[in-house]
Amino acid sequence: MHMADALIVPAVAATMYVCSSAAAAYSVKKVRLEYEPKKIPVMGIMGAFVFATQMINFTIPGTGSSGHLCGGMLLSAILGPFAGFLTMIGVLLIQCLLFADGGLLALGCNVWNMAFYGCFIGALLIWRPIMKSGMSRAKIIVASVLGCVITLQLGAFSVTLETLASGITELPFKTFLTAMQPIHLAIGLVEGLITAAVLVFIYEARPELLWGYKEEMQKKPALSFKTTLVILSVVALLIAGGLSLFASSYPDGLEWSIEKLTGSTELEAVGNVYERAADIQDATALLPDYAFKDSESALGTSFSGIVGSLVVVAVCVAACYAFRFFRRKRSVAS
Amino acid sequence: MSRLDNAIHELNHIEDVAGRDQWVNNIHPLVKLALTIIYIIIVVSFGKYNLSGLIGMAVYPAAVFILAELSFKDSLKRLKVVLPFVCIVGIFNPFFDRIPIYNIGSFTVTTGMISMLTLVIKGVFSVLASYLLIAITTIEEICFALRLIHVPSIIVTQVMLMYRYISMLIGEVERITKAYSLRAPGQKGIHFKVWGSLVGQLLLRSMDKAEAVYESMCLRGFNGNFYYSEKHKFVMSDIIYFAVWLIILLVFRFVPIVRAFGYIFG
Repeated sequence: MHMADALIVPAVAATMYVCSSAAAAYSVKKVRLEYEPKKIPVMGIMGAFVFATQMINFTIPGTGSSGHLCGGMLLSAILGPFAGFLTMIGVLLIQCLLFADGGLLALGCNVWNMAFYGCFIGALLIWRPIMKSGMSRAKIIVASVLGCVITLQLGAFSVTLETLASGITELPFKTFLTAMQPIHLAIGLVEGLITAAVLVFIYEARPELLWGYKEEMQKKPALSFKTTLVILSVVALLIAGGLSLFASSYPDGLEWSIEKLTGSTELEAVGNVYERAADIQDATALLPDYAFKDSESALGTSFSGIVGSLVVVAVCVAACYAFRFFRRKRSVAS
Repeated sequence: MSRLDNAIHELNHIEDVAGRDQWVNNIHPLVKLALTIIYIIIVVSFGKYNLSGLIGMAVYPAAVFILAELSFKDSLKRLKVVLPFVCIVGIFNPFFDRIPIYNIGSFTVTTGMISMLTLVIKGVFSVLASYLLIAITTIEEICFALRLIHVPSIIVTQVMLMYRYISMLIGEVERITKAYSLRAPGQKGIHFKVWGSLVGQLLLRSMDKAEAVYESMCLRGFNGNFYYSEKHKFVMSDIIYFAVWLIILLVFRFVPIVRAFGYIFG
């Protein structure tokens, strides 16, 4: 889900930075209004906690695979949406700097795709309305699963939009979308269940730690734990059924697209194709007007271009080595 | 859990290299942060077929690797996180974009292949640039630079705290999972029955720790802000370093300098 710098162009990166900064500025204002200096160390440690627990593999029953914890939903259920959002920014920044997960330029996109949806939509539009009339185990499970599924779907949709707006991939929009959404639906379900398990444990041990918990609002749960599990399984089955129908059309769709797009362009000598190729040659060849001696071939032109690049890089590298050598010599002398 | 061991090892390694007393490490952090961002922007701004221009951008990572005396090998494992997704996105380009441009023997190079290669190179360069930033600048210095560009103190402070506690919490997670795996041999991950209690216990302990940390910070006079020493002031060499790199990067981006070299040597 983390986007790399290579997948976006500067214009998209800047737009997403502006959107994420606006959300961050609003969150900073909200957290400052609360004036709880204690919250800052808690945010820091919770960020480190999310970071560390995302490395645990949870076995998914009945399958050979494993899942991970959903950070945004867990943080906002404990710290609230605003502090949770700011903590997620920290997590994403450290992930990108220390572990190359995501990129500095794509940070704005990643904050939006993961932190904004996870914290703002997950906490304000899902967690809060569900917990309005008191908390219960069942409600926590429903809110966590729904929250993770919906926010991951939104995140995956944004990744698709941002990549396509950057013009990076030749994949048609629909094909890309049908590949991204179902995968993230499955991931969302598993992440939701793991997050639910942790939050239910906290609810039973120290409920006051959860965001929006008020003792006087608590009443007997309307749904028992077992009933909720049954309801959730039925919903999961229905979603899975729908998904398989959707997914079964996917390979055909892809094949169709490949055939449609590539079949007709197979080395045809149509005028505009040649024109486009010539434009690209201009862009890729380093010496468009020059070539090997006695050769006018495109191969020669571009070859000299690439040789040129490599020579320039080699000259710079040699200069750096020389610089280092003389610097060392000087420091030894002094 | 080799993943956790790797993470701890990586953190220690980065801290070791970033804390060295090299002249590149001592350049003002804001200069290094700004150059990294400018470099990444320039790299991703290349058109998807502009392969030759992009290759020239190798000059920055190559030079910094040598000047900072860093091992290129250490940076390679970071590529494995980013490259798979970039490759998945780019792998379809050769199938959809099949306009032939060159023939090398019987092999036809198409526009899709060029655009895929460009995408992968962009991925590699941007990851290397971020690695170089973190390998010659400590997190504290990066946080200092972020404060200079007016990133709110609440974000910067919690990033610093988070960084300080990551190795501790990763260590704790490692002990917990090791203890669990010793009691549940042959099991791949954590069984779903203990999902809640295993992580929940750690969460409760972390919250208590946060409280203790906060109290001890208060005892030492913490009032919600961090104060930085006056160690970092802009000096002439910082400005020269920035200006020289900016000129080099802009020249490589906008002047077809490599073409001339290609003509001389090709």
